[in-house]
Amino acid sequence: MTYVIVGSCIKDDSCIEVCPVDCIHPKPGAPDFEMVEQLYIDPEVCIDCDACVEACPVDAIYAAPEVPDKYAYASDLNGLFFGEKSTAQRTAR
Amino acid sequence: MIAGPRNPPRVAIVGAGPAGAFAAACLLRARGDAEVDLFERLPTPWGLLRGGVAPDHQEIKRLEDTLDRQTLKRGCRFLGDVEVGVDISHAELMSHYTAVIYATGAQTDKSLGIPGEQLAGSWAATEFVAWYNGHPDYRDLEFDLSARRAVVIGNGNVAADVTRMLTLSAAELQRTDVADHALEAQRESRIEEVVVLGRRGPAQAAFTSAELRELGHLDGVELRVDAGDVALDPVSQQWLGDEGTFTARINVQLLREFAERPARADAGRRIVLRFLRSPAQIRGDGRVEAIDVRRNELMRAEDGMLRARPVDEAVETIDCGLVLRSVGYRAVPLPGVPFDERSFVLPNERGRVLAGAGEPLPGVYAVGWIKRGPTGILGTNKRDAEQTITCLVEDLAALPAPAGEGRERIDALLAERKPGLVTVEGWRAIAAHELERGRSERRPRVKLASREELLDVAAQGTPSPAGHVH
Repeated sequence: MTYVIVGSCIKDDSCIEVCPVDCIHPKPGAPDFEMVEQLYIDPEVCIDCDACVEACPVDAIYAAPEVPDKYAYASDLNGLFFGEKSTAQRTAR
Repeated sequence: MIAGPRNPPRVAIVGAGPAGAFAAACLLRARGDAEVDLFERLPTPWGLLRGGVAPDHQEIKRLEDTLDRQTLKRGCRFLGDVEVGVDISHAELMSHYTAVIYATGAQTDKSLGIPGEQLAGSWAATEFVAWYNGHPDYRDLEFDLSARRAVVIGNGNVAADVTRMLTLSAAELQRTDVADHALEAQRESRIEEVVVLGRRGPAQAAFTSAELRELGHLDGVELRVDAGDVALDPVSQQWLGDEGTFTARINVQLLREFAERPARADAGRRIVLRFLRSPAQIRGDGRVEAIDVRRNELMRAEDGMLRARPVDEAVETIDCGLVLRSVGYRAVPLPGVPFDERSFVLPNERGRVLAGAGEPLPGVYAVGWIKRGPTGILGTNKRDAEQTITCLVEDLAALPAPAGEGRERIDALLAERKPGLVTVEGWRAIAAHELERGRSERRPRVKLASREELLDVAAQGTPSPAGHVH
């Protein structure tokens, strides 16, 4: 399982602050941070700890099986995001 | 006197929108002893979170709880219905506070600069937004929704919001905190089609993919986009590959999917996205009856930017009774504070406001749209606030402490000028009243939409003598 961020994300970075394994991208200061419209969780790294869900001020993060229908696209979109560039490429300055 | 540990810094923040609130929260985290006063010209806090974010996006409005917990519940004072520059001057603030942070946003919209823009029925989209969100200064506007077609000019998220608000059913709006007068108007609305015009192509639309996807998935609403319109010209094709963002690529993919959908005869309302179209003139006898549009092509300008230019002089006339323009926003100058007339922001470096000659103006700061221009989304203000507050905290040792030991002097001045100002207790009374009415009508909140009602309810909730600030 993993967690998924949906389109109501406001790019408040509270989730990044609490993530113990740094799996939420892009990070403030990364080259593409200002360009993206939301943040994404790397499913390969996520440890399902739930900390980001608690921290999100707009409840935009769901456990993958619990994503509401209106955000059903979110997991695929997440895959596309990580498919475009690896995390290493993304965080290279 | 210098503001040291024994003299807590006293900071006025002007504007209680997200930028001002994030700044207050950040300051209180950095300096727990800071005395923070949040000035707001409306009786209610949270700026565009309350008055801008669309009513059908209630989940985003939950940010209010976080802002409240990090500011007002941590001792930050709310001073509502006080307009800086009118009720109290910049110079007065400077004499009563260690520092002043401007967080006043971008309050006016850009005009189209075309004939007929002033006709009745032609509006800034932000006026419509303020009206449906119950902004007290806009409640008396009358939007005529009796025509069958409306035209929205612009391809950003405000354009997407107003397009949705024109096409949602009254039953859907009934479940939101939309202003009562807007709900009534929507019940009578005869609008069947909303045409959305984008100056540039589908690849350059500024919608987030989340907003664009939403337009294509509204109940009972058909989204129509012409396959020819989403076929990219060679310039855009190359641009998308070389410079296009992830969002732009997703948007183009979504638009292609929308273009391939079969027509839906059952849909009660329709959204039509048109690209590479610019308005040339709004026509009508006394009020909007039609809009003339020209077709554009994209070219790469000398500065490398992709620009739209008209293909020819031919115009297409679209009959409509309502035009909403959303082509950008601008800040307005504030009395007594420097203003950059070219960029429409307070001249600043990392949030330190600069005087005419470019040196920092001690104790004056900016945050949010008045600092960086109208860009970014809600969370952008958090990092923006961190930058400004870092500068402010660095500067504190060199800033003179304000006159007087406590807040008695500023409180006396405010009591004299604005005896009915809205304190945090007043705001809590407003919020409780609105939420209670919401519960009884099974809505998230029912907003008080006039200044008088807001001030009345606030006064009932303020136990101390009128004008005494806690």
